Formats: sequence, structure tokens, C-alpha cells
Amino acid sequence: MPRLAYSAFSLLRQGLNRHRGWPAAWRTPEPKAHYAAIVVGGGGHGLATAYYLARNHGVTDVAVLERGWLGGGNTGRNTTVVRSNYYFPASGALYDLALKLYEGLSRDLNFNIMLSQRGMLMLAHSAHELEFARRTVNAIRRNGIDCTLLDRDQVRRRLPILDMSPDARFPVVGGYRQARAGVARHDAVAWGYARAADARGVDIIQNCEVLGFIFEGGRVVGVETSRGAIRADRVGLAVAGHSGVLAAKAGFRLPITSYALQAFVSEPIKPILHEVVLSSATGVYVSQSDKGELVVGGGLDLHPSYSQRGNLPVVEGVMSGLVGMFPCFANLRMMRSWGGIVDVVHDSSPIIGPAPVPGLYLDCGWGTGGFKAIPAGGTLLAHVMATGEQHPIARPFGLERFRTGALVDEAAASGIAH
Amino acid sequence: MSGFRLPQGGRIDRTRPLAFRYGGRSYAGFAGDTLASALIANGVSVVGRSFKYHRPRGIFAAGPEEPNAIVQLGARPNLKATQVALVDGLEAGPVNCWPGAGFDVGAAAGLLKRFLPAGFYYKTFMWPGWRWWEPMIRRAAGLGRVDPEAAMPDGQRRSLHCDVLVVGGGPAGIAAALAAGAEGARVVLVEQDPQLGGALLAADGAVIDAMPADTWLAAAIATLEARPDTRVLRATVAFGVYDHGLVAAVERERIVWKIRARHTVLATGAIERPIAFENDDLPGVMLAGAARTYLLRWAAAAGRRLLLFANNDDAYRTALAWTSRGLPVAAVVDPRRSPDGPLAEELRAAGVPITAGAVVERALGRRGVTGAVIRHATGGRTKAACDVLAVSGGRDPAVNLFVQGGGTLAWDAAVAAFVPAAGGQGMPAGAAAGAFALGRALADGHAAGAAAANVAAGTVPYAEDDVATPLQPTWYSGRDQSRCWVDRASDVTVADVVLAARESYVSVEHYKRYTTSGMSPDQGKSSAVVALALLGAATGRQPADVGTTRFRAPWDPVPLAALIGQDRGPQLRPVLHLPTHDRHAALGAMIEEYGGWMRPAAYPQGAESLDAAVFREAAAVRAGVGLFDASPLGKIEVRGPDAARFLDRMYVQRLSTLKPGRLRYAVAATEHGIVFDDGVVARLAEDRFLVGTTSGGAGRVFDAFEEWLQCEWVDLAVFVTPVTHQWGVVNVAGPEARALIAAAGTDIDLASAAFPHMTFREGTVAGIPARVSRVSFTGELSYEIAVPARRTAALWDALAAAGPMVPFGVEALMTLRIEKGYIHVGADTDGTTYPADCGFADAVARRNDDFVGRRSMRRPDALRGGRLQLVGLLPEAADATLHAGAHVVAAGGGSDGHVSSACRSPAMGRTIALAMVRDGRARMGEAVTVDDLGKTVAARIVAPVFFDPEGTRLR
Amino acid sequence: MLLIDCPWCGPRDEAEFRCGGEGHIARPDPDTADDATWAAYLFDRDNVKGLGFERWHHRHGCGRWFNVARDTVTHEIRAIYAMTDPKPTGGA
Repeated sequence: MPRLAYSAFSLLRQGLNRHRGWPAAWRTPEPKAHYAAIVVGGGGHGLATAYYLARNHGVTDVAVLERGWLGGGNTGRNTTVVRSNYYFPASGALYDLALKLYEGLSRDLNFNIMLSQRGMLMLAHSAHELEFARRTVNAIRRNGIDCTLLDRDQVRRRLPILDMSPDARFPVVGGYRQARAGVARHDAVAWGYARAADARGVDIIQNCEVLGFIFEGGRVVGVETSRGAIRADRVGLAVAGHSGVLAAKAGFRLPITSYALQAFVSEPIKPILHEVVLSSATGVYVSQSDKGELVVGGGLDLHPSYSQRGNLPVVEGVMSGLVGMFPCFANLRMMRSWGGIVDVVHDSSPIIGPAPVPGLYLDCGWGTGGFKAIPAGGTLLAHVMATGEQHPIARPFGLERFRTGALVDEAAASGIAH
Repeated sequence: MSGFRLPQGGRIDRTRPLAFRYGGRSYAGFAGDTLASALIANGVSVVGRSFKYHRPRGIFAAGPEEPNAIVQLGARPNLKATQVALVDGLEAGPVNCWPGAGFDVGAAAGLLKRFLPAGFYYKTFMWPGWRWWEPMIRRAAGLGRVDPEAAMPDGQRRSLHCDVLVVGGGPAGIAAALAAGAEGARVVLVEQDPQLGGALLAADGAVIDAMPADTWLAAAIATLEARPDTRVLRATVAFGVYDHGLVAAVERERIVWKIRARHTVLATGAIERPIAFENDDLPGVMLAGAARTYLLRWAAAAGRRLLLFANNDDAYRTALAWTSRGLPVAAVVDPRRSPDGPLAEELRAAGVPITAGAVVERALGRRGVTGAVIRHATGGRTKAACDVLAVSGGRDPAVNLFVQGGGTLAWDAAVAAFVPAAGGQGMPAGAAAGAFALGRALADGHAAGAAAANVAAGTVPYAEDDVATPLQPTWYSGRDQSRCWVDRASDVTVADVVLAARESYVSVEHYKRYTTSGMSPDQGKSSAVVALALLGAATGRQPADVGTTRFRAPWDPVPLAALIGQDRGPQLRPVLHLPTHDRHAALGAMIEEYGGWMRPAAYPQGAESLDAAVFREAAAVRAGVGLFDASPLGKIEVRGPDAARFLDRMYVQRLSTLKPGRLRYAVAATEHGIVFDDGVVARLAEDRFLVGTTSGGAGRVFDAFEEWLQCEWVDLAVFVTPVTHQWGVVNVAGPEARALIAAAGTDIDLASAAFPHMTFREGTVAGIPARVSRVSFTGELSYEIAVPARRTAALWDALAAAGPMVPFGVEALMTLRIEKGYIHVGADTDGTTYPADCGFADAVARRNDDFVGRRSMRRPDALRGGRLQLVGLLPEAADATLHAGAHVVAAGGGSDGHVSSACRSPAMGRTIALAMVRDGRARMGEAVTVDDLGKTVAARIVAPVFFDPEGTRLR
Repeated sequence: MLLIDCPWCGPRDEAEFRCGGEGHIARPDPDTADDATWAAYLFDRDNVKGLGFERWHHRHGCGRWFNVARDTVTHEIRAIYAMTDPKPTGGA
């Protein structure tokens, strides 16, 4: 456990002590020359991998190497949605593993990640879309995951401010909802894993950029970094957005293209929206944070990019989609925007498992949905790094699927925008 | 309640008094006021409550950096009072307090303040669970309110092109615009304030070019406005710099301008920052420049007696302005040991005491400042009475747009601020570049404008700058860190900064996120540099090493109504209408969107339900004849000597063997081997084809054709033309189809022998030149008659008048095609379906040459067992229903596939379905269980054709 | 918002265009390519951080495809050239 457990009691005691006794959430160690395992990437996936290596496999001689600051990539730049309403059994198993871990994560990490299972509602705008929604709901239920089909009135009751008029540009005919879906505080996930991993002995090293890989006998045995060479028995990569860049350093290519994904926040308003809502017609989704801001997302920027800076056409498109759903939001203002670099894969499913070179393991390709999968990504990458064997849930997501054609194409099968 | 209006002065129109209400009380102001200046003039000191602790707050700034005065203006939440122009009858109020700003129940949160430091919520609420606590926290969320019934404000998006864009209409920006436009370059000057002038609007006694600054300003504005190629946009906030130099700005909160300039000058000014001391969030504590601006620009004194706490000469002007208006100045407290510039001399001459080497440690007062505790260099403390405590810790160049455009910053110790260093798509000038003094700013702006327009330098506007005593960096001067505010808008104190640093949140981005500093509507404009300097101090780093958080768009919140422009209502992704739309509407059609087209779903008669109408229409087609508007079907002409060779490569079915005048059904796949589209291809001539596509697929098939032709097979001589919208199509289907067309009049011999199934003729129908295809998606005798689009209605009318017929909609067509087992791409297929999965295995096998997707169809996963295959499903009970979207239950409880299409079949008198079932073709006759939302139906797998399997009705 | 200099229409906003992804991807002979070669053609990308080569389509303009050499970090366009031209080398 961390040096001082977080609790209402410790908060009270520290309050009386003017909060002078709170310890550092994690150490700032110098890198050692060798580790049992190195995880490249100090985002949610990397930190979770380190934590589960220690917790599930007893591998505590672990370093997490982060080029910048913890959680500074997509973990800290998303719309914080968590859900497991996926069509294919393989995806359902993967994302529900994540959601189940999320459900116990605050206590597991002793860090409140503010998981708010307020439900997520996907709108259907035509009879055809409602048929697809029905197919999706039935599939999700067969995967053993909660999901409900809603008719028009049920949607209206949940979202009284939604434009339900029949002459709306995208009239609402129904939708479906996962009650266990919701949002979590994204930074807290990174920080919580970091603090818990550190407490188990993991070295978290920030401002340490991986410049290359050290090979011996064709096998990866360490990394060259901006802070010197660090050797390891095995190396995991969890560097969403830059997976291709690091793969190139290791001498192989990936079926990934990097795109910028933007998100937007309105000024804080009094609570008015209590669900996560997604429109299938526009791909725009929105929730309201516990601070009162609307958090809005939509599609990718229009071309590949490594710039965490978004572009204007997407802003206009997303906002018009939002106002199309909720005309009263036209009186609001966009207060902040940001962009993350995401790994886009043809089938919108992740890549987990051994890399083409021995000693190296991948957790990448999460597209726009990596945040919701953090606990699963960490569990599965830790499993394959510790045991050398793919976890059964990870097996459909290895690189070999691109050769065989056994893609797990959620977008193709369900019409869900990721 | 100590603010008041001076009897004279200010840039307000005293002949135009305005009445307004704030928080339910009536006040009076003048034209030219902002809501903030009017509130100050009316003595309203508590204008709102803070976000977290609900502490009483007053107006702190005079511009977009205002952190406290967040107001609700009708349906519009969270406006800054400093940016609201006063109009007669304006009704506004504070946000986030109840019953009002004066007494607020939420202030109870302030009592628990010591237990609610930065990030407290990460450390608790884990038992019994966040689910239990969240509703309570959530009730406290938000500032203003959304009115669900409010009308949508207008908005527009416009584009503007120019040679030089100048952002900021202060002295530097005006100088830049003057210089840039001197030789006729197209110049655009945008200023966020309704008035040009920037700092000149609150400059006392400034002289430019040997004339009073006001006179110079009026002349400069006149010059700019007289230039035909210079455009001035006032009340226009440049909020973002995007790729390749595009600047986005919003005018009067309604028009988003997308401005492309060859060069951009960023004369965005600077923002004053405070120094943190105890209780510095009390109403009456405000930025020195703001206090001066209210006094000079709006003749609104924020109080009677001023105490100035400043570490720089420029702020002295506030005390000078105060005393020159005959108002008392308690003291100027300055941490510098020996401030002795000309401004200091002037102050001393005016009898204002300067307390050098001292700081304000604490503001006194409960609901407004009544005095201050001054800590002297000796360590001794004295008290001074005041009701305005003006503070200045220096100024920070407004570098947001510069950094958005790719520029980098450097720490300038002389001004203790981050200033533009290098790069970027805009040229910083004036205060935005760290040139704070008026003379320097004018010269800098002038030079930037001339360089941007590439014109000769010309005469530089001149103002003499005083020699200033260097600023002494001072960030915080209180003792109790938990009472010294850093970010007022987010209720972040110095103690929170120190706590974040202690707890490992030492990266400036971590600090920002942990404390939520800079995330409120003011976006930390006046607090960010103070915060990072304090973070540096807490971690032993210089500000330069701490760095800034990343600057992103927007510089100031942007109204969504403007951003969306006219992308609203019917203009949000506009739909297409059929050429005969009016005819369908007159027939009472239920019109819905299908793939971007508004099409009749069905034509219910009177009170008839949709299902009943579909059933009736489908039955009527089989019994007689129906008319269907098929205009949206995609039509692409493919011409050229290599047309046949090209289409062979694009489709699973070979098309080069098609004879002119004949039609062939064909399926297209993607390079991944997945079903992409289908349609009927007509060969018009040896070198000419008319390719039919699905209605939704017309665009993407055309795109695919062009991409393959232009990018891969550049050697093929093929020309592709989309003609969907040039032709209107009426489908005449049913055993009486031939008779109906004959009655309408045609010169085409319709006899089967002369015009067999799957052939094509040109001629006239009802006197209209027509292309007629004998092709069927219903299983009935069927003709698709294509005529020039504008004559479609005439054709429809002629056919409708030619004899008894029934108009049928998309849903009846679906029923008819399901009875025949014809697939509907996008319903029966999805992004995982290979042609072989949905009935085209033989067609694929017949080809021995390459076509798009063929290689992918030979990958292991395409050939494996266990694929979903197209079959029919019949419920065992004749009265049972199947819905599209139901799943076939697998042996282990999972899914063995799904119902892809279903209907109540008039021909069969029961529900029938098409389904994609695992290994379906090998399971003919097998009984399966179908689950739909927990309800199960027993069904049997059958061949996917229910009606007229021999196709005798087609012939 | 990119300003793309269409070789046929001149400079236009990116909203008129569609990015067709990485350029210069050779289609292997479908009859001889093994599954791995075919998969590499379909999926594997250089995904360069920095100067990358792409093909773009003036979708809402002249309808022509052309190649673009573009920096994926700064988005600066270094060269625009015909579909049939080779990758620019040197200072491109």
C-alpha cells in the first residue's frame, strides 16, 4: 500500500494539519541499468501494465518510461467514456474485462477515479438504424453484457432536452442504452495506477524518451533512451499515437495510421444532461462532467497527423451535430478544445500481443477508444509479458489477424462510431 | 458599495441613460458602458460567488481575463460582465449562487474549505462508492443555466482573404494596420473590444506625434476607415490560429470569420497579473490596470480610497489617475527598494506616499476590502485603510494565438514574463511581443505592419517612453498560503499549488489538472504565469524550466451558434428530394430519409397503419401493377475503349461478355474482398456502359472507379461520368406493367420476345425520350423507365393516369425483394460479408482473372468454416413474428448469426426472413431458436427464396 | 485548415479534398502474393512522423487525384505532384 492511504479519515486529519503530511504520490527514481521488464509509455495502458505485472504476476522489477509527463497522451485527452456495448464476442469480452476492472478500480488503487455509471444512450434516427440497433442489442446481450433497446418515448423520458420533433434533421426513432456505461476521471486513472504501481516498487521515469532498441541475437534486450541505455528481459510498448514511430525504430511496420482526434468542452452549466449520448447519424457524442462542462467528441480529423492540434472543419461539424441533437446548446460557448494522436487500425480493434521481433510486446491500435480499455490493456499486456503466452481474451487481437483476414471489425458490424 | 460614477469624463454617452437590472435590482448606466463598468458605477461590489467555496467576489479585471464576474444574460450563461455591452432593459444576474450573490446558501462550502484542498475528491468518496456521493457533488456543479426552451441565436460563417491581418486594435495594431495599408495592400484589422484603441482608451495624458493620444487615435481611425482596402472588424475576437495560417475570429458573437492572410501581425496586447496575498479575492481587490480603465474609460471609480500594490512603474499610472481625479490614494506599496522613475516622482509630487521595499500581506474586510496589512522591509507591519486595493505584478504578453500558430516562447527576466521567441505563423508586435511602453509598441507595430505588407517603412508614430525602474518579480506576499488566491475562477490558492508540488504533480500540466487551475471561463488569462512561477518556487525551478501549459484554441469561449453557422435545421447535411416529391406528398406518402434521399416509405390510406399500407402495396404489385420512384438508384456512365476491361476488374461478375442492349446484375467488392455495392449494368454499346448502383452507394462507387482509374490503372482509357441526378426513374412493376406502359404510349415493342428480361431499349414513353430497362427487384414483370430528370413528374403523371395502379414505397419494395431473396447491400450484408457468404460463391469461382478484392477472398478467414451465410428463416408457427436484428441462438448460448431482413409476406401469408447464419447453407431444414430481446421464436432454416423460385413471373 | 494547391484548381481549403492515405503503395501481383505480402499491402503503413507521402483527391472540385508530400507534424506541404510521378527526393 502507499505510504499514506487515502480516506475520508486521512483527509480530515490532514485538514487539521494543513495538509502538510501528504506524501509524494510517486517517487522520482533514477533509471537502473537493468529491469526485469520495461514498459514504454506512461499513459494509462503503460502504467496499468506495470501495476498488473506487479500485482498479478509478482514482477515488481519494472520501469515505466515516459517521454513527457504521466498521462500526457491520450489518457489525458479523451472524452472519458467507458462502456462495453460491443458487437462481437471477442470485443465484448475485452471491453467488459476493462469495465469490470473499472468497477472496482477506485478501491483497488485507493484512488477515486470517479467512475460514474450514468449510462450511455445511442440514438437511432431511422427505421433502418433501429433495426441495426436491435441487432446490436441482441448481440450484446448474447455476449452477456447489459443493453436495452429503447423506443422513442423511452428516449424522450431520459433526454427531455433532445430535439424530438419529427421534422428534426435527424429525427429520433429510438435507441439503445448500456446502463453500466458512463464516464471516469481520466487523469485519476493515470495517477491512480502510477501511485499504486510505485507503491509496489515500480520505477516511474518521466522525461525519458526511448530513442531506439538494443538487440542481441535478434532479440530486444533493452532500450536506448535520452537518459542512457536501460536493459530489460522484455519490453512492452504502450505508446498510442506513436506506435508506428517506435515500431520503425525496432525495424518493423504496423497496420496503423496516426490521426488527430479532437474533443471539446463548453463552459460549466448547471446539470442538465445525465447520460452519455451518441448520435449514430453524426457520430457526435456528449456528456456533462461533474464540474458542469459539456464534454463533446466526434470524428477524426480529415488527414493523418502527429500534431495534437485540431482543425476547424471538424470543430464546426461536431458542434453542428451537437446542436442538431440539442438545439438549446446553441446558447453555449466552446471553452476549450484539445487533440490527441490516435492509432487508427482498419478494423478499429486493438493490437495486443507479441511484436514481430522477440522480446517486444505490443499494446496499441486502440483508435479512439483506448481510455475505456485501460485496465484490460494493462492486464493483457502484463499477462503476455509475464508469461510469454497470450491471455485467452487477447488471442483474437494479435497481429496475425491481418494476415489471415480474421479482423474484428466492430464498425462494420454494428454501425457504432468508435 | 463604494464604487461610484465621476460627474464628468469617460467615453460614455451621458445623454443616453440606460436602465438595466442585475440580480433582480434596478440600476442605471450609460451608452458605452459594459455591464461591469455600470455595476461598478452603481456601487455593486459583490457581483457573484466563487465556483468552489462560494466566496463573495467582485469585479477584478476589465477585459476577457475577468475571473469573477460571470453572469447569466437571459438564455446565455457564463458571460463575463466585462464583455457585455450595456443596452437598455438588459436583465442579468450572477450565476452559481442562491438566493443571490449577497447572501448565498452555498457559502457553507467555504466553512469546510480546509478539508477540501486541491484534488480532495481523489482521496475520498471511495466508500460506500462514488455512485453514492456523486449526485451530491453534481448538484454543486456548473455556473450558469441552459434554458431548454430558448430560441437558437443566429449565426454565420464567412471567409475573408487579405494581404495582412492585424489582430488587435491597440496602439501597436493600429500602427501596424496604418503601415501595412499605406500602399494599398488589403488589410484586415480585428479588435475584440467594440472600440479601437486598446490601452489608449485608458491613457491619461499620453502624447503621440506631438498630439494628445485621443486626437492621434481619431485621426488614425479616420485614415484606416477611409482606405478602400482596409477593413476594420470591431467586437471581433480572434480565437484560433489553424493550419497554414488560417485565423478564426468571431464578430459580435454571431459571425465566425475564417481569415486567410498572406501575413498576420499579432498585436494582441498583454494581460496584467496580480500578486497573491491573503484574502486577495475580496471584492474591491482588482488589477491596477482595470481600476484605471474603469476610472478613465467609463468614469467609474471602483471606490473612494485607493491602495496600490505594484512592483512596476506602469501600474503607478493608476495611482496618478486616481489622485488627478481628486480621489485619495492611501499609499503605493512597492516591493522594490528604490522606485525612482519619472512616474514615481510625479506621484510623490502629487503627495502620494510610496512605501518602498514593502508588500501587502493581507487584505482586510469581510464582504469587501476595508484596508490592508502592509509588511515592511524591516519586517514590521502597518495597516492602511482603503476600499479599492489595486494590484499589479507585471504584465504577460497575450501569446495564446502566437503559440497556437506554432511559435515558441522564452522567459524574459526583464519583464518576468514569457515572450515570443521564434517561429509561428504570426508576427508578434507591441505588448504582445513584450514591448510594453507606448513608444516602443508603436514603433514595433509599425515595423511589423510594414514588413508584413512588404512596403517602405514610412513615418513611425512617435511617443516618448519614460525611463522605468525595472520590475521586481513578486508572486506572493501573504503568510497563510491557504488564503492567498492564485486562480480566482477555479478557487485555487497558493497552498493548493504547494500541495500539488508536494504530491508529485510537478509538471505544469499535472499541476493544472490536479488543481483545475486555468480551466474556467477566464482560462487562467491573469493567473497562469503566477501559478507556474509559484510551482517553480515550490519545486526549486525557474519559470523558464517549468514552462507553460499548451495554448489551444479558443483564446476566449466561442458561441456555438456562430461556430455552426447555417449548419442547422434542414441545412445540417442537406437531403435530396425526388423530382416527383410533390406527387408523393399529394398522395399522402409517409416520407423518410433513406441514404440522404427523402423517399416515400409507404402511402397509408386514411387511418391505415404503416404495416398495413406496406402489406397492401406489396400485395397490389403482385396482383396488378405498382409505380415506384426509383430515381435515387445510382447511375454511372462508363465509356472508352477499355470500359469493359475496367468493369471486369471492378465487379465480381464478368461484364465484358455482356452484349450491347443487355443487362447483367453485378456485385462489387472492396480490395478487402467485402461486398461493397450491387446493381444492374447495362451495355449501351461496345465501349459504353451504364452502371447501376445502390441509392446510397452512387457516390462511393463513382469515387472508387475514379480512384482505381487515376491511381492504379492509369493506362486504361476509360471515362466515368456520374449521371444519377440527370435521370429520373419510374419503376413499373407487376403483371399489368406492360399494359400500363402501353396505355401511357410508347414506341418500344414491349412484347417479351422483342424486349426480354434483362435487356434494355431506348425510345419514348408517354412522348418522353426514355431509356427502359426490363429489370426486376420485385420478382414481377418490371420496367425501369429513365427519363431526363425534369420530365420525371410528367412521366409519373402519364403512367398514373394510364390505368389502375398503386404507388408503392420503399418498404413494400423491401417486402417484395425479401420474398424473392434478393439481398439488400447494407442490410443483409455488412462490413464483414464476402460475396461468397451471400450467394455469389459460384460467381467468384467462375472468374480466373483478377478483380478488386479477389485476392482477399482467398485469405484463410474468408475460406474457413463457420462463416455466416445467407439463408431464409421461417418461423415454425405460422403466426409468429421475426424482427430484423434478432439473433439465432448458438449451441453454447452465443450468437449463430442474425436476422438481416424480415417482413410480413402477403405472398406467403406469414412472416418470412433472410438471415446470416453460421454455416447456414449446410444447415438447410434445421430447426433453430431465434432470440429477440429475450423472446424466443422457433424457426427453420430454408432456402433464401420464398416466392416463385423458378422466376416464371419475370418472363 | 490546410490550404492545398490543387494542380488543376489552385489553392483551396482542405474541406474540398479527401485524403486517400499513404501514397506509392505498390499493389502486389495478386496471383503470386502470399498472405503476408498481401496483408502488408492492405494494412501496413510507414505512418511517418515528419515528411510523409500521401495521395489526395479533390473531391468537391475537379475530381483529380494527386500526390502530396506533407509534414505530418507541422502539416506543411512540401510538394504536390502527379499520381504517376515518383517520390520527390532531396530537398522536397
